[in-house]
Amino acid sequence: MKEVVVISGKGGTGKTTITAALAYHLQDRCIVADCDVDAADMHLIFSNKTLEKRKFFSGKEAVVNRDLCKNCGLCQEKCRFDAIISLSNYKKVDPLSCEGCGLCYHICPYNAITMVDRLVGDFYISDIRTNTKMVHAKLLPGGENSGKLVAEVKKESRLQAEKMQKNFIIVDGSPGIGCPVISSLSGADIALLVTEPTMSALHDLKRVVELLKKFQIPSACIINKSDLNNNISAEIKEFLLENEISLLTEFTYNKNFIHAVKSGQAINEYDPFYTKETIAEVWNQLERIINKK
Amino acid sequence: MYKIAVASGKGGTGKTTVSTNLSHYLAQTQAVLLADMDVEEPDSHIFMQGQLWQEKKVYKEVPTLIEDKCIACGKCKEVCAFNAITMLGKRVLFFNELCHSCYSCIELCPVQAIEMKPQKLGLFTQINDKNLTFLEARLDIGQEQAVPLIKQSFDFIAENIPAEIGIIDSPPGSSCPVVETVKNCDFVFLVTEPSPFGLNDLRIAVETVKLLKKDFAIIINKDDGEENIIRDYCTKENLELLAAIPEKQSIAELYSKGSLIYQSDADFLAEIEKIAEKVTTLMRRKR
Repeated sequence: MKEVVVISGKGGTGKTTITAALAYHLQDRCIVADCDVDAADMHLIFSNKTLEKRKFFSGKEAVVNRDLCKNCGLCQEKCRFDAIISLSNYKKVDPLSCEGCGLCYHICPYNAITMVDRLVGDFYISDIRTNTKMVHAKLLPGGENSGKLVAEVKKESRLQAEKMQKNFIIVDGSPGIGCPVISSLSGADIALLVTEPTMSALHDLKRVVELLKKFQIPSACIINKSDLNNNISAEIKEFLLENEISLLTEFTYNKNFIHAVKSGQAINEYDPFYTKETIAEVWNQLERIINKK
Repeated sequence: MYKIAVASGKGGTGKTTVSTNLSHYLAQTQAVLLADMDVEEPDSHIFMQGQLWQEKKVYKEVPTLIEDKCIACGKCKEVCAFNAITMLGKRVLFFNELCHSCYSCIELCPVQAIEMKPQKLGLFTQINDKNLTFLEARLDIGQEQAVPLIKQSFDFIAENIPAEIGIIDSPPGSSCPVVETVKNCDFVFLVTEPSPFGLNDLRIAVETVKLLKKDFAIIINKDDGEENIIRDYCTKENLELLAAIPEKQSIAELYSKGSLIYQSDADFLAEIEKIAEKVTTLMRRKR
C-alpha cells in the first residue's frame, strides 16, 4: 500500500483540487483521506453517504468544582497559559486557553479541580461517488490541532485500505509546516507539492521542501497558474532542479478549475479532455517514482 | 494598541494581500504596526521595504535534568500530559518538541531535580519603514508548535512597539494558532473567496471568531461581481460585508511579484479605502 500526500506550504495554490483530481482518476483503486481537518473541503467534491461518524477526544481540560474551590489562587499563580479566570468567590477555567497539562489539578490543596476528556472534533468514514471510501474529520471551531486528529484519519485510512485491498491512499494535507503537516506526512511514500509562481508560494515551497528533507520524504511538484508570472515560474523550476524534485506538469491559469469546484466536480471530471489526460499522465509519473523507491 | 486580526478559514484567500496593502495605506498618515503571525509560512516580508531594525531569537522553556539530584521516582513522567517525558530504566528522557512548557514536571518533582532551559523556537525580525513598523514571527523548520511563538510575539509588541494601530496577518485555519492570534486582537477582518471551499471554511472561521466573542467584518477577495454564495451568506446571516476586491488577472500579477497593489490599481484602492475607513471608525469608537 502506497501513500501519496498532497501539500503546498502556502494555502490556496490548488492542493485540494489536485488531490480530488488524483482521487477521481484512481476511482476505486484508492482510499481518500482528508487531513486538512482545519478546513476540510474534499467532502464538497465527493460526499455521498456517511457510514460512520464518531466524536474524537484528545487530551484533557481542567474544570473547577465551585463547591470545593476556596479561591486561594494557587492555580492561577502557577498556570503558564493564563487559563484560570477569577470570579467573585471562585476560579474558572477558560477552555480556549487551557492546554490540559494538569498542573492545577495536581497542586490544588482542596482537590477542587478535575481533568475531563476534551472533544476536539468529529471523525467520519464515508462512501464516496468514486466507489470507494473517504476518511475525513472536522475539527471543532477553535479546536486543538496537535496532529492527533490527523493521525487518527491516517490510521483509519490505512485500516480501510487494508480491509478493502486498495493499493493507494490519496491524502489531502494541510498548509504550513507545523504539527498537522508533520502528522499528515508521517509514513508518506511521496509528497506531491502544489505551488504557484508567486513570491509567497515559492518562499513557502522552500520551507516545506526543507521540512521534507528533514524527514527524508521524496517529492514531486506541480505548478499551478504557471503563466501568472513567467519569471517566478522559471525560478521555481530552477529550485526544483537543484533539489532533484521532478516537475510533473504545469497548469496555466484556467477558469475551468474554479468552475469545477463550483459545480462540485473534480477538474478531470469537469474537463474530460485536456485536463483528464494531463492528470492521468501525472499519475503515471507519480507511480513510476513511487515504484522506484 | 488597537489590534485588528486579518484571518481566514481557507488558506490563500488574500490575508497577506489585505494586511500588507492596508497597513501601508494607513501608514501614509499615522504610525502603524504590521505583524506577520502566520509563523509557519510568513510571507508579508516580501512586500516590505525599509530598514532592518533588529532580529531576536525566540526560545521556549524545556526541562533538563540535574542528574545527581534525580532519584528516578518517575513522578515527572507520570504528570507530563504530553508524553514528553519517558524513563529508560533509571534514566529520564525528555522529548522537547512535545513539551508545552507547562512546568508540571518542575513543580511536582519531589527533589527539585529538574530545571528549565531555553530551546530555540523561531525568530523575530523587526523592520522599520517610516511610519510603518513590521514584525515577523518565524517558526524554525522542524519545530511543531506555533502557539508559544505567537504568544511571545504579542508580549514583544506590547513592550517594544508604540503604534496605535496594529494589523495582524494571522495563520490560516480555525485551530489553536488562530485562536491564540485572534484572542489577542480587538477586531477581526475575515478574508474569503466566492467558491464552495471559501464559503465552507468561512463558516467555520465565523464560528471560531464568535466563540472568542470578537466583532468582525467580511472581505471578499477575487469577487466575480455576480451574485455569489458569500454575498448570499452575509445577507442571510446578517454579517457585515465590508469590501469586495475584484477578481482581476492584473491584481494577481502584482501580488505574484511582491508589489503593493493599491498604488497602481484604482479598483483595488477603492476597496482598501473602504477598509481603512472602517479602521478609522473603530479607532474613533475606541477613544
